[in-house]
Amino acid sequence: MVPASPAAADLEVRALSKRFADHAAVRDLTFSVARGSFFSILGPSGCGKTTLLRMIAGFIRPDSGEITIGGRSMAAVAPNKRPVNMVFQHLALFPMMSVAQNVAFGLARRGVGKAERLRRAQAMLERVGLAGSGDKRTDELSGGQRQRVAIARSMVLEPTLLLLDEPLGALDLKLREHMKIELKQLQSAFGTTFVYITHDQSEALVLSDHVGVMNHGRFEQLGTPQELYFAPATSFVAGFVGANNRLTGSALAVAGDLVDVAAAGGWVIRARAHGTIVTGAPVAVYVRPEAATLARAATGLPQGQGVHAARIVSLLFDGANSVALLREASSGLELRIALPQTGALADLKMGERVCFSFDPERAICFAAEANA
Amino acid sequence: MIPSLPRPAWLRTATNLYVGAFLVFLFVPLVVVAVFAFNDAPYPAPPWHGFTLDWFLGNESSGRVGLFHDRELLGSIWTSTLVALCVTALSVAVGAANAFLMERATFPGKGVLAVLMLTPLVIPGVILGISILAFASRLADFASDTFGVEADFLRPGLPLVVLGQFSYIVAIATLTISARLKRFDRTLEDAALNLGASHAAVLWNVTLPYLRPALIGAAAIAFLMSFENFNTTLMLVGADSPLTIMMYGRMREGATPVLNAVSLFLMVASALLALTLMRRDSRARR
Amino acid sequence: MPDTTMTVNWRRRLVLALLLAPALLWLVGLIILPHVDLALLSFRERVAPREYVPSLAQYRTFFAEPLYWHVFVRTALLSALATALTLAVAFPIAWVIAKVARGRASALLFMVCLIPFWVSETVRTLGWMILLRESGVLPSLLTHLGITAQPVELLYHDATILVGLVYTSLLFMVVPLVGSFESLDNELIEAAYDLGGKGGAILREIVIPHAAPGITAGCIVVFMLTLGNYLTPTLLGGKNSQWFTEQLYTQFITRFNWEQGAALGFLLLGLSTAMVWLGLKLSGQRFSDVMRRA
Repeated sequence: MVPASPAAADLEVRALSKRFADHAAVRDLTFSVARGSFFSILGPSGCGKTTLLRMIAGFIRPDSGEITIGGRSMAAVAPNKRPVNMVFQHLALFPMMSVAQNVAFGLARRGVGKAERLRRAQAMLERVGLAGSGDKRTDELSGGQRQRVAIARSMVLEPTLLLLDEPLGALDLKLREHMKIELKQLQSAFGTTFVYITHDQSEALVLSDHVGVMNHGRFEQLGTPQELYFAPATSFVAGFVGANNRLTGSALAVAGDLVDVAAAGGWVIRARAHGTIVTGAPVAVYVRPEAATLARAATGLPQGQGVHAARIVSLLFDGANSVALLREASSGLELRIALPQTGALADLKMGERVCFSFDPERAICFAAEANA
Repeated sequence: MIPSLPRPAWLRTATNLYVGAFLVFLFVPLVVVAVFAFNDAPYPAPPWHGFTLDWFLGNESSGRVGLFHDRELLGSIWTSTLVALCVTALSVAVGAANAFLMERATFPGKGVLAVLMLTPLVIPGVILGISILAFASRLADFASDTFGVEADFLRPGLPLVVLGQFSYIVAIATLTISARLKRFDRTLEDAALNLGASHAAVLWNVTLPYLRPALIGAAAIAFLMSFENFNTTLMLVGADSPLTIMMYGRMREGATPVLNAVSLFLMVASALLALTLMRRDSRARR
Repeated sequence: MPDTTMTVNWRRRLVLALLLAPALLWLVGLIILPHVDLALLSFRERVAPREYVPSLAQYRTFFAEPLYWHVFVRTALLSALATALTLAVAFPIAWVIAKVARGRASALLFMVCLIPFWVSETVRTLGWMILLRESGVLPSLLTHLGITAQPVELLYHDATILVGLVYTSLLFMVVPLVGSFESLDNELIEAAYDLGGKGGAILREIVIPHAAPGITAGCIVVFMLTLGNYLTPTLLGGKNSQWFTEQLYTQFITRFNWEQGAALGFLLLGLSTAMVWLGLKLSGQRFSDVMRRA
């Protein structure tokens, strides 16, 4: 989890709440972000993440709670006085200024002399690999270059915290993949604390040291990308982070931390219980596509796991990410199972009978929530 | 600044005061005009002498000629309406043709024509008036000298007023209609042709219905601008005065509140026109 | 099938001709030829009844007669002042409409601002006359409140003309300003603020550069309309108005001296065109873009 010692935290949020007329956007949120780390807030649209970010930036005033940045309470600090800068969703580069003027804008506002601010803007542009672009207009840059200017413009002010409001959202897929890597490298080169909000779980996993998964104004889970992926704390996290098969049913028998679950059509699956599961209670089981093994016959499966029969519905070839969609024989439920990267099952055909199994330790069973 | 940035209390107060003062500035002249249409006094000036409808209903026998018995004023309203209808019809028709010409056709000199079409908007109305007056007179003189024909319609009078107003109102109609035609998805026409429609049928059933709001909007603007035009009309007017010229003449002499009455009538009429248009507009958007 | 191709080509030409005809009739018949004729008129002199010679006499008269160029300069300066005042009055209200008020409030405020302009200028001027003349509403209110001992004449001053001109021009400034403010992304303002910019710096570095096209469009149109206005200066300024359009009217309609009138008209047109050109040059705009905005 996030180190909580105040000395090492650049951002601390305590019991923060914000209501808008009809709904609570942020509910009693508490967390801290370690110095120099990359922290992401991940959630679907409308979960309150933008409100949270704008409260940290100071554009929205919280109803209650406290925000501390670099050890200083921000309660009475105006947004333009906070040691925080923001990279906006559409980057908000000033079209009426050159690239260098954009970067020097904040320095000019601080009263830095013209020669000095141009020198510092140039130096910053060099650091982000745009040494020769100072005199260009912002619309002459590529999407990736524009993002670097937006970051340079903020970083030249040496903020304690850099806030990023889904800056990759507007880019096309290929550029987004590229910018992910670039963003991570820039962050580690600057060593500044980044707080990043996104609805894209892949961005959050790739970029972050820690991720807060947000839903309905609360954090469902706060942890490293690995923790979120392999040990989701709630049903929502299991469903939202990474691909997952969700199988609903009721708990048949509970033995230690293993549960037998009766799904549709009397199909019984075994999974690891998360929290207390009562016999007979409605549950949801999550099995990741790569946690299951696929074979033509039961003999091809690992020993000691329950064997399930199915028929191939569809084959989605996508290189290393190829999966098979199959329909389980007794329940008729559809599952997604990863095809081995060796290409061993590359000759599977639609409609073919197959078997699959999975380690119960890697199938997680949550008590079904009323709203899930 | 914008609401998401902190606005100090004094700024918010100042903003509200400014908006209030602005609205007072905007509406006081109109309110005053409306109120004094009902003042029981021979001049539209304070003090208030009590309420009367004389300036609408009065006739010669009561000593006060109200709007509905003032033949001169009623006549000028009719003249203005007639002129405005002619200008509207001409402007919308030519404006639509221009829109198709500029958005659909390609021909040499199109760029020059596009700029030329905008120039009437930056020529002061008085100049448009005198230049058309001078040119028309030259043509009329020429006709009478050469052929002995008296071309009366080229002498100051309503036909010239119509032409003068048309000369710049059509530029506005062209802009309005072009703007909508530009956003038209031409694949709709292709689709209709593909389904076997003739070019005429496509124009009538697909393109013109799409342009309808712009045509109606252009017509309303043209009518209003013609009805209210003063500068160009002043230079071209003959014996029959449109309403604005008539009102101007009376205002210089110091008129009775019958002018307030006709003004109130105009306000109500334009408010009704505006409301109808806005309702159409909001319905169309839904 | 050459036959069909020919028919199609022929039809296309016919359609083009039919579309071009009204445009050319309008532009050549009502704009170009009348202005050429006006130019010719201004460059001739009457030597005997119905006998004319080419001459620069009309323009010489303009410069020789102090009244003419005095009124000309005065009209230009007052028009520029009226334009600046209109911008100053319209700027905050356009900002409130575009950026401060939200949703319905913004739409309502915008609509309310447009309403007076559905009513003719004659009616609006009548309102100002009733308000401001010596026997009018404001002077009697001032006397009533004991601010002035006697009702004072508030009509027939330069300030009155300016009030009237600003009032009449507001719409043409508010509309393009609202348009250009609305197209300014709030993110840019927030970003400038986030980077340490204060009100003044944001206005200077972000808002005004962004709104420059709208400001130019508004100023050009307002200046042009003010310069060519006849109704407001003559009614609110009375005999003291000394507006250039009056001279034009006098020469053309009252004195029937069309040659002199044409020269004055051309000078007015020249001034108006020069200001349009200057406005475009200063803001680096293209004419067609600006007019579309307005």
